[in-house]
Amino acid sequence: METATMTPSPTTPTHAVSMDARSAPASAPAADAPPLIEIGGFSFWYGPKQALFDIDLRIRERAVTAFIGPSGCGKSTLLRCLNRMNDLIDGVRVEGSVRVQGQDLYGPDVDVVDVRKRLGMVFQKSNPFPKSIFENVVYGLRLQGVKNKGVLRDACEKALRGSALWDEVKDRIEESALSLSGGQMQRLCIARALAVEPEVVLMDEPCSALDPIATAKIEELIFQLKERFTIVIVTHNMQQAARVSDETGFFMLGKLIEFDKTDVIFTRPKQKMTEDYITGRFG
Amino acid sequence: MRRRGGDDGGLELGTSAVAVLVVALVAAIGLELLHGSRLSIAKFGWSFWTGRDWDPVSGEFGALPFIWGTFYSSLLALLVAAPVGVGIAVFTTDVVPPRFRRPLAFLAELLAAVPSIVYGLWGIFVLVPVVRGLETVVSRTPLRKLPLFSGPPYGLGMLSAGLILALMVIPYVSSVSREVLQAVPVAQREAAYALGATRWEAIRAALHYGRTGILGAVFLGFGRAFGETMAVTMVIGNNPQLSASLFAPQYSMAAVIANEFSEATGDLYLHALTEIGLVLFVITLLVNAASRLLIWSVQRGPGRVSDGVPAPETIPPARAGEAA
Repeated sequence: METATMTPSPTTPTHAVSMDARSAPASAPAADAPPLIEIGGFSFWYGPKQALFDIDLRIRERAVTAFIGPSGCGKSTLLRCLNRMNDLIDGVRVEGSVRVQGQDLYGPDVDVVDVRKRLGMVFQKSNPFPKSIFENVVYGLRLQGVKNKGVLRDACEKALRGSALWDEVKDRIEESALSLSGGQMQRLCIARALAVEPEVVLMDEPCSALDPIATAKIEELIFQLKERFTIVIVTHNMQQAARVSDETGFFMLGKLIEFDKTDVIFTRPKQKMTEDYITGRFG
Repeated sequence: MRRRGGDDGGLELGTSAVAVLVVALVAAIGLELLHGSRLSIAKFGWSFWTGRDWDPVSGEFGALPFIWGTFYSSLLALLVAAPVGVGIAVFTTDVVPPRFRRPLAFLAELLAAVPSIVYGLWGIFVLVPVVRGLETVVSRTPLRKLPLFSGPPYGLGMLSAGLILALMVIPYVSSVSREVLQAVPVAQREAAYALGATRWEAIRAALHYGRTGILGAVFLGFGRAFGETMAVTMVIGNNPQLSASLFAPQYSMAAVIANEFSEATGDLYLHALTEIGLVLFVITLLVNAASRLLIWSVQRGPGRVSDGVPAPETIPPARAGEAA
């Protein structure tokens, strides 16, 4: 009893807003704001094979967080756990929690469909539907039952502007999305994700199939997007991580080796392994 | 001794010869049918296609009831088989737990291995009595006033033929649709899921992606139903009449050839039957050409795969071509 009173209580909300779990162990020193996503003790298995080991990570709102690491290190797996895409694979198992604004995504009464609306995703290879550009962008809204043509048009334009594609396609949004170039398709996929106004945009190596110019455009876009969205990006490209992200996590063999501000990771990493990786000694 | 590899000249020659042979065979069949039906063609001309009478005794021959019966039974079959077949495909690719998928798909495809005579026997002993019961019930309701349900409930008739054809065609539709759905890139379903799609909505996205392939599957089924003979002959009722009624015993082109060829007395009768074969042959070719056109038009529809840019990993529309 005595010790309990002695412990400096980390949970001193200024006003008792809600009884949500946001107040949990906010022990991070000098965190500017409560993190949007808190990953706690998170482990993941594909069948018998464990792919993630006890990950603890906080992701800040309206910032870009990058996951880097060699192939098979679990960075994509973790990303796909953030919107429960891994549920689609049979025989997977998770432990621990992923809290978004205090709500555990793996809690018992969570609607997976709702989770995926809140955390949009952009994939490694652009995957537009074989429909018009317009129909691609408004797909998510149509799923939500939006039928009003005007609303859809506005949302389409806003999303395409958001992904810096509007000027290139505004005259042909009724044309097939498959007529776009590779880089445009990927920006279309970003627009499609933005159209449903998610809280977080998860990007799984969004530039790995693109040429340098298209890559530069997407990176610029990421920079703009973080004013409105929280972005988590998985990348193989360390320069990219260094350029676009505010914070970086380095993964190895399913473990989070180091997580810190990006400039710290790239200039003064605390772990030998991180240093070896970013200086190109392996990976 | 010459090495076996590297003989590309031989490969080209050999494959072109086979390709030409196929075309030549089709042409030969057409010519032979034309030759075998010359008496009937000379006597009836184009009116053979529109003639409603089939009276071997008085030497009156018209193909319309058979053409009608073939189309009616095939379309009826497709009406049942298309949704069921595609449903089975969806079920075995997206719904069932993975370890049951292959066995279930295998079972569905096993239906295709059952000989058509067995379907016919099953039709006579099981399906027809059931259909008769069903028709009897319907005949007691005001529905009997509709042309679709008019006439006495024999059991043997169009409804039985359509249903048995549907059963025979389902494995074709389902197995091709299944292949199509499996060929849809995972990324398509993932894209849908990532935007908040439910499982059904993700399946719809996959079906849309593979729509030309699915259409091809349906046409493959149609082609099968079109030429199916034995089982239809056993349950359709074998009565050459033009009727809209599902209950009416009718006839199909393939069935009349199978039934009457061996007992055709007189050259004109024989030639008329051969001309039915010719009509069936021509219509089959036309239906196939039409289905191919339809598939092309779907592929090039508004906002679809336009501008000559090939869709990545699009399903080849090839299937319908096999439906002859």
